[in-house]
Amino acid sequence: MSVATTHDHHHDHHGPPRGWQRWVYSTNHKDIGTMYLFFALFMLFFGGAMAMYIRAELFMPGVQLASPDFYNNMVTDHALVMVFGMVMPAAAGMANWMIPMMIGAPDMALPRLNNLSFWLLPAAAILLMLSIVAPYIFPDGGTPVNTGWTLLPPLSVQNGIGMDFTIFAIHTLGVSSILASINIVTTILNMRAPGMTMMKMPLFVWAWFFTALLLIAVMPVLAGAVTMLLFDRHFGTSFFDAAGGGDPILFQHLFWFFGHPEVYVLLLPSIGVLGLVIPTFARKPLFGYKALVYGMGVLAALGMVVWAHHQYTIGMSLVATNYFMIGTILISIPVGLMLMNFIFTMWRGSMTFETPMLFGIAIILMFSFAGVTGVMLAVVPADMQYHDTMFVVAHFHYALIPGAVFGLYAGVFYWLPKWTGHMYNERLGQIFFWWTTISFNLTFFPQHFSGLAGMPRRIVDYSIQYTEFNMISSIGGFLFGLSHLLFLYIIIQTIRGGAKAPAKPWEGSQIGTPGLEWTLPSPPPFHSFTEAPVIK
Amino acid sequence: MLPRRDKCLSALFITGGAWLFSSMAHAAYEYNLTPPASTLTQEIFDLHMLTTIVGTIIMALVTGMIIYALINFRHAKGAIPDQEFHNGWFGRWAWVLVPVIVLSIDLTIASSASSTLSSVESHDKADVTVKVIGSQWKWTYEYMDDDIKIVSNLKKLEPTDPLYLRDVDDPLVLPTGKRVRFLLTSSDVLHNWGIAEIVPKKINIPGYINETWTNITKEGTYRGQCYENCGTGHAFMPAVVRAVSPTEYEQWKVTRKAQQAQSAAEASADKVWAKAELMAKGEAVYTKNCLACHQANGQGLPGVFPALAGSKIANNTAALADHIAIVVKGKAGTAMAAWGPQLNDLDIAAVVTYERNAWGNTAGELVQPKDIKAAR
Ligand code: HEM
Ligand SMILES: [Cu+2]
Repeated sequence: MSVATTHDHHHDHHGPPRGWQRWVYSTNHKDIGTMYLFFALFMLFFGGAMAMYIRAELFMPGVQLASPDFYNNMVTDHALVMVFGMVMPAAAGMANWMIPMMIGAPDMALPRLNNLSFWLLPAAAILLMLSIVAPYIFPDGGTPVNTGWTLLPPLSVQNGIGMDFTIFAIHTLGVSSILASINIVTTILNMRAPGMTMMKMPLFVWAWFFTALLLIAVMPVLAGAVTMLLFDRHFGTSFFDAAGGGDPILFQHLFWFFGHPEVYVLLLPSIGVLGLVIPTFARKPLFGYKALVYGMGVLAALGMVVWAHHQYTIGMSLVATNYFMIGTILISIPVGLMLMNFIFTMWRGSMTFETPMLFGIAIILMFSFAGVTGVMLAVVPADMQYHDTMFVVAHFHYALIPGAVFGLYAGVFYWLPKWTGHMYNERLGQIFFWWTTISFNLTFFPQHFSGLAGMPRRIVDYSIQYTEFNMISSIGGFLFGLSHLLFLYIIIQTIRGGAKAPAKPWEGSQIGTPGLEWTLPSPPPFHSFTEAPVIK
Repeated sequence: MLPRRDKCLSALFITGGAWLFSSMAHAAYEYNLTPPASTLTQEIFDLHMLTTIVGTIIMALVTGMIIYALINFRHAKGAIPDQEFHNGWFGRWAWVLVPVIVLSIDLTIASSASSTLSSVESHDKADVTVKVIGSQWKWTYEYMDDDIKIVSNLKKLEPTDPLYLRDVDDPLVLPTGKRVRFLLTSSDVLHNWGIAEIVPKKINIPGYINETWTNITKEGTYRGQCYENCGTGHAFMPAVVRAVSPTEYEQWKVTRKAQQAQSAAEASADKVWAKAELMAKGEAVYTKNCLACHQANGQGLPGVFPALAGSKIANNTAALADHIAIVVKGKAGTAMAAWGPQLNDLDIAAVVTYERNAWGNTAGELVQPKDIKAAR
């Protein structure tokens, strides 16, 4: 199993190419993973800056900073950047780095495709940025993309040229995701070391397996929907125009057929990280590994058939509405099962509270809370009151930030020693944890209240009864944004130096499912495994 | 380990404290769903409370278990991990047990929700039917059984006014104790007419009709707004209902119809209006309908809404017909609505006159109602 440890000494000519070519032409899963992670980090600040602008505008009533259209443009791009530019690439970066190492493969199955799927991302990011400035630099640029990330027609048909750039950006992002997913599925199915059966794979690998399948299933639907939108805008079709025989609601169905599974795409990789972090720091195998694997499968499958719970107010038949309601409520079963498994993994364990574990515990608590508000939203008549209020914004940020983003933080701190060969500064890590957790709750908890009291989402200005909650939210938001400078600092500090990390930096590493990553030194050699390790 | 627990506690105190302090500072906080004022919304409110309470209990249980684990199963306390825990009977059955518990909670909620949903979707005969039309950015209400039409526009107030963004110039008037059916539609993009006290929301879709209903139990004024992002003016689209007793409602209808008849007669008479009259009326129509996009100074919003001040159409006598056409028929593919169906000949004549003479525009013609009649 430890062949690789000494292997790279006599194979220096295999080492990394030097200079920019190492990165631009890279087919190495670790280098591509690193690029994905840095791209995501950059987009975190880009999308975060837009969130800061949004919170600044909402700090008090009145339109202070820019026009309503610019505000809604920021809401749109904040979401697109966070979802497609930050969470997905960060998770993909971790997949690239870790999956081959966990299953004992030398690299991804399709390394050149891997290079392509990464480089499509910066291209898409440029298109997205162009979509913001296009209305101002083109004569007759029209209205900015003021629709929100759901891009609903007919409003999106009214938009100016920025919408076309957004559509092309989504096409590019979609192609990137599909290629990356094909690569991941192929790698998992074909590249496992002898003896690594599917049911021995670390939970993170399983999580990405389901994620990739979901992406392959739903990204084309989104691509189709925005293409139809493009045709409605420029080629005289009326897919979404009732006057021409189309149906504006069709777009919503297509969007959410993609959009709801997308939520699990954001979530599952983080659940996978949790499935490694919690056992490690509880020093005890994962409780219910099989139940978790099946649970994730059920979650992914159920997630594909409940999309219309985002559209309870469009006027569906009673039967259809009941179906979507019950289906949605049933999702609490696999979710409840997962949370239970994590709690019972801690139960009778021997826990220490390093940064990844702190994030792990916070995720269990706050994601449960998102689940609870999720069930509230699933109940159709009540949702007719909550729909498109700040309550929904609070709910999905509780799902997305703990559920997806905190899971990524846990992963970053968990694997930083492996990636860089240095231990991060534990004290700073813990400060970062408390700072983000407290400010996150300060930001989004009050939004439950302003939402229930009736404040709509996607509004640039609100009446004065919502002032206090919005002020608290904005202060929380600024603190949350600020905390990420510390995150950046910790990462840079760890890359530049620090205590040397052993191959197995955590005492409890590798309890439970036998990921092979800990058998490699930290940092691992350029080619992870050149001879397949064998698992008994 | 104590310092870490201290950290935990102080964090809790800080957040809790900040929250308490701020709530004391302002007594008018609303924490919960708006108190219902109709039979149906009362039912929904009760459902909301049911799920909230179930949710709170679940959160308390989860939090309790986690805190228990954090206290008892700490490495620092010398806890020995039980490597076989997942292989015991509990480990073998928990994956059945927990889903069954969750399922039974789910079914309780779902059955209660399903019966409320049937009330929402019931189509009993209504006493009053109102068509609610959303458009960028105002609401139009048409009483289907009476010849009454109301156009509700944002009333401009200072951002310090308690009713800032919550008041309109002409609210919808409804009787209490009667079943009122709302037919929802839109003339341009998606809107969503929402007043949580009295109706469950359904969206307004152009080309389609959605239905919702209410039976208001208390007289009063109920305020809501548009809940579906409809573009630039989305934040500025309040929806206000004044609920009055049935007798007062009947009286109101009589007065309202008389007023409407009078202004219709005025508008269609072939009277020739003087410039001052047209300008005054035109300014009022402009303020009510056009200002949201084209702005008070006629400058529009660059790149978004074209300026009228100094525009080619409004300053060129040869383009008068185009000017009238664009106001009457709208401009396809943009936010410019067709005002022909919404405004009468006099209103359009006045606003076109106003646009051609205000903000230093020089075309200077007077447009009369008969010109509009001809252009329709
Ligand atoms: C500092 C952190 C963040 C702050 C302060 C923040 C704040 C906001 C605000 C104020 C809105 C607009 C709500 C509205 O009016 O509809 C919003 C929308 C949204 N945010 Fe965030 N957000 C943050 C992080 C994130 C992250 C990490 C994600 C995703 C992973 C995310 C996903 C979204 C989505 C999907 C929307 C919906 C946009 C739409 O309505 O079209 N946000 N956010
Ligand atoms: Cu609207």
